[in-house]
Amino acid sequence: MTDQTTTAAPDSRLMTAARSVLLLRESPVGVFGGLIVLTFMLLAIFAPLVAPFDPNATILPFATPGTANPEGGIFLFGTDHLGRDILSRIIWGGQRVLFYASAATISAYVVGILMGLAAGYFRGWLDEVISFVANVILSFPIMVLYVLIIAKFGASGINIIFAVVFASSPGIMRIVRGVTMDIATRDYIAAAQTRGEGPWYIMLVEILPNARGPLIVDFCLRMGYTTITIGALGFLGLGLPPPDPDWGGMITETRAFVTGGFPHMAIFPACAVSLLVLGFNLLADGLREVSLRD
Amino acid sequence: MSVTEHAGASGDDAPVLEISGLRLSYYTRAGEIPAVMDFDLTVRKGESVGLVGESGCGKSTVANGIMRYMGRNGGIVGGSIRFKGRDMSEFSEEEIRRIRGRDIAMIYQEPMASLNPSMTIARQLTEVPMVHEGVSEEEARRRAREMLEAVHIPDPNRLMASYPHQVSGGQQQRVVIAMALLSRPALLLLDEPTTALDVTVEAGIVELIAELSKEAGTSLLYISHNLGLMLEVCDRICVMYSGEVVEEGHIDSIFSWPKHPYTHGLFGCIPLPHADKNARPLVAIPGQLPLPHQRPTGCYFGPRCSFFEPGRCDGDLVAMESVHTDDDPAHRVRCLRWNEIDHDAAVRVEETREPVSVGETVLEVDNMRKYYEVRETSLAALVSRGSPRQVKANEQISFRAGEGETVAIVGESGCGKSTFAKVLMGLETATEGEVRLDGTDLGSIPVKQRTPEQLASLQMVFQNPNDTLNPSHSVGAQIARVIRRFGIESEPARVQQQVFRLLDTVKLPRDFASRKPRQLSGGQKQRIGIARAFAGNPKTVIADEPISALDVSVAAAVTELLMDIQREHRTTLLFISHDLSAVRYLSDRVVVMYLGQIMERGSTEEVFAPPYHPYTEALLSAVPIADPEVEKRRIVLEGNLPSPLDPPKGCPFSTRCPRRLGSICDTDPPPVQMNADRHAIACHIPLEELRLVEPVITIPERDALPAGEGATG
Repeated sequence: MTDQTTTAAPDSRLMTAARSVLLLRESPVGVFGGLIVLTFMLLAIFAPLVAPFDPNATILPFATPGTANPEGGIFLFGTDHLGRDILSRIIWGGQRVLFYASAATISAYVVGILMGLAAGYFRGWLDEVISFVANVILSFPIMVLYVLIIAKFGASGINIIFAVVFASSPGIMRIVRGVTMDIATRDYIAAAQTRGEGPWYIMLVEILPNARGPLIVDFCLRMGYTTITIGALGFLGLGLPPPDPDWGGMITETRAFVTGGFPHMAIFPACAVSLLVLGFNLLADGLREVSLRD
Repeated sequence: MSVTEHAGASGDDAPVLEISGLRLSYYTRAGEIPAVMDFDLTVRKGESVGLVGESGCGKSTVANGIMRYMGRNGGIVGGSIRFKGRDMSEFSEEEIRRIRGRDIAMIYQEPMASLNPSMTIARQLTEVPMVHEGVSEEEARRRAREMLEAVHIPDPNRLMASYPHQVSGGQQQRVVIAMALLSRPALLLLDEPTTALDVTVEAGIVELIAELSKEAGTSLLYISHNLGLMLEVCDRICVMYSGEVVEEGHIDSIFSWPKHPYTHGLFGCIPLPHADKNARPLVAIPGQLPLPHQRPTGCYFGPRCSFFEPGRCDGDLVAMESVHTDDDPAHRVRCLRWNEIDHDAAVRVEETREPVSVGETVLEVDNMRKYYEVRETSLAALVSRGSPRQVKANEQISFRAGEGETVAIVGESGCGKSTFAKVLMGLETATEGEVRLDGTDLGSIPVKQRTPEQLASLQMVFQNPNDTLNPSHSVGAQIARVIRRFGIESEPARVQQQVFRLLDTVKLPRDFASRKPRQLSGGQKQRIGIARAFAGNPKTVIADEPISALDVSVAAAVTELLMDIQREHRTTLLFISHDLSAVRYLSDRVVVMYLGQIMERGSTEEVFAPPYHPYTEALLSAVPIADPEVEKRRIVLEGNLPSPLDPPKGCPFSTRCPRRLGSICDTDPPPVQMNADRHAIACHIPLEELRLVEPVITIPERDALPAGEGATG
C-alpha cells in the first residue's frame, strides 16, 4: 500500500509529451502519415532555402519536367504556362496552404470547444439553442456554405478562415459536447463543484484536458479536410488571391493545358494536395490505433 | 504434484476438467507478462470449485484460458487443459467453437454485456439450441420457456418478448444463466456473476445456481473475490495470489485452518461479525500485489509476509505441499513455513483503540424530502397536459449525527442514498424539510451559494477510485487547489507543506504529490480522495461506498485509515454503503433505507438484533459471511424493487415483504414505532411481534476469535 508503485521518478510535462509522440512508432501507418506531414511542414518552414527558384518569376514557359534552366538549375517538375517553376510554387504554396489550414482549423477548434463545453456542461436551453444552430449549419452542403461566404465577403485569407470556422465548428462542437456530457458525470467534477469552483474553471481546467484524446485525432482529420477545402476553393477561383501560389489555384490556372500535352502542370499540385491529406488521415488513424491500445 | 491423485477411478468421479501445470501469458509493450503460472485444478462432475483472489491475481485469466478467449495478445505457454479426458489443445478452432456454449458455458459479471441489446430475449435464448443442436425454432422456444421457468422468472412469455434493457439487472442475470444452461453444459464458468447485483438479488441468484447445478449435475468453476460468497457456494476453493495458487483444499478446511499467511491475512481484512473497530480492528496486509514483471524471487508473497525469513523464503520458487489434516487430504499450501507459523500467537499483538465519545449534534436532518419531476417530452404528454409525474427519491428523512459519530446509511441501489448525499452536498436542493449543519439549514442552499466555510465543513469521499481524481492533473495540484480554495493557506511554500502533511496523514510518500492519478493503485487513489476531503478540516464527511470498489486487503487499510483520521479530527462520518458487514464493523448508528424511505434506524447493536424491520432482516440474511461457524437464517426476497415512479401506496416494502400482514400494508403508510429512545422501525407489525423474531445471524460463543484462528493446534 505504500511506496512500491511502478514508475519511479515523476515525469516532467515535456517528457510525457515526448513519450506519447514516441508511442506513435507502434503504428507503422501512423509513422508514415506523420513523416509525410512532417516533410511538408519542414518544406513550408524552410521554403526560402529549399525552393530552387522564385515562385512568381516567369522564366521559361511550357517546360516539361526535367528541363534544364538556361540560367542554371533544373525544373524538376517543369514550369507552367507563364514559365514559373512548379516545384517552387508547390513548396511556397504548401507554406500558404499549411498556414491557412492550421489557422482556420485552430480557430474552428477554439469556437467549437467553447460552444461544446457550454452546451455539454450547462445543458438546458443553452444546449438547445447551440445545438439547433449547429444542426442548421450542418444541414447545408459544406461547399455551398463556403461558396456563399466567400462570394459574399470576397476571396481572402481571412475570409477563408472565417468560412472554415463557420462550417467546421458545429461538428467540433458536437464532439466536445458529447465528451463533456460524459466527463461531467465523473466524481472529480462533483468534487470540484462541492468545493465551489466556477463553471468556466470546471470546463477549462477539469473537463477540457480530459477530452484531448478524441480531439487530437479529430484535429488531424480536420486539417486534412481543410487542406482539401482550401484546394477546392482555389480551384473554384475563390481561394487565396494570386499571384502567390496555392495548390488549388495552380490546378485551375493550368487545367486548359492538361489535355494539350502538359499534364504535369496540374498533376503535381494535385498530388501535393492528395499526399498531404493522406498524411493527415494516416496520422489520425495511427493516433487512434495507438490510443486504443493498452 | 497433481491434484488428481485423489480423484478415484470410478466413472462417475471422472474429472470434467483437468488442468495441470498451466501457464498463461500476455504480450504487451513491456514484453511477455506471465499472468498465471503452474496452475493445477481438477473439477469433478457436479462439483463446485471456487477461485478466490484479489484483482490482478489471474483468476479471470484462468477462465479465459479454459475458454480459449485469451485475445490477440495472450496465449497458453505451457501445461495442459483436459476437458472430459481430451486435451483441449488438440481441438480445432471449429471444435472449440462448438464446445463453447454447449459443453462449457460462461457467465460474466455484467449481465448487460452478455446480452445483445438489439435482440429480444426470445431470439437470444432460442439461438443456443438452434445453433448447437440444430433443433427447430418451435422446439427451441419451448426449451427456452422451460428454462426461464426453471430460473424462476414469473412471466416467461412476457419476458421473452422483451429486450434486455426492459428488465431489471437481477432478471437479466437470470436470463444469462438460463442461456448458459440451455444446452446443459458439463461445466459452467462463473466470473463474479453476482458482483454487479444487489445483495438481496445476489442471494436469490446464488441459490438458483446451486439448485440448478445440483439438478443437472453441472460442474461449477466459481470465480469471485468474495470469501463469504465462496463459503456459500463452493465445495473446494483455490486461493490465488499473483498468478499462482497459494492454497487449495476443501472449503471447511481452508476456512477453519488457513495455512498460508496470505489466506490468513485475507480473513483478517474482512469485517467478520467478531471484528470491532475499537476492540478488534481489522489487520490489513501491508504492501501491495507485485506487478507481474516485478515478482520477487522465491515466495511471491514474501515482501508482504510477516513471517518472511530471508535466505529461505526468497530462494527458489516455492512448490505446493500437502497439509495433512484429518478432514481434508487434499488441502495443499504453497508456503515453506506453514508448519512453523503460529497464527494464534501472531494475532495477539494487535492493538486496541479507545472508543470515540460522541459529542454534540452536528448534523440534523428533519423531514427532508426530495422529489424529482419527470418531464414528459413525448407528443402525447404535451397534448394531454397531465400533471408532471414525480419520483420520490427521498421521503421524510430524519436523523441526527453527533460530533465524532459514524452514521451508516444502508440500502440497495435505488434506495435514495445517493440522492440524499447530493442534497447534503448541495448538488441538489431539498424539496421540503431541513438539513441543518451546526444549526444552519443547508438543505435549500445550492452549492453555488454556499460560503467557503460551509463548503469546507462538508466534504465527500467518492466511490469509484478511478473517477475520484482528475486524470489530467497531478495529485499534489489537486490537493493544493482544495487548500487554496478553502483559504487554509495561500502562500505557495506553505500550501506545499500542507499537501505533504496530508500525504503523511494518509500514509503515502511525499513524492506522490507530483504523480498523475494513473500512476497510482486503486487504494492509493482512494487515499488521495480522503486526503482531499479532509484538506479543508471538515466537520462532516460523507463517504459514499468508499471501499466497495477496492480489494479486501486494500479496503481494510483504507477503512482503518478513514477511521483513524476521523478519530483524530472528531469528524462526523456519514458512511453510505450496501455492505452490512462493513457497516456493522465501523458505524455507531445505522439508517436503513428502502425506496427513498427510512425503514429502520437506531444504534448498530439495535439494528443488528431483533426486533428487526422485515427488510433489515432480509438484508442481514443476504450478506454472505466468511465464517463457517456463523449460522444464518436464509430469507430470499422475491420480486424486484418497484419503480420509484410508481411506488406502492402503503409500505414501500409491501410488494416483497415476507412478513406482509395483508391489505393494510398495501394501502396505509406504516407507522413509525419507537422501540427504544432512538431506535425506530416503520412497520405495521406490532413491536411485540417483531421482538419475538429469532436473530438472523447466530454467532457461536467462543472467545471472539476471528475465523481461522479458533482451532489451530
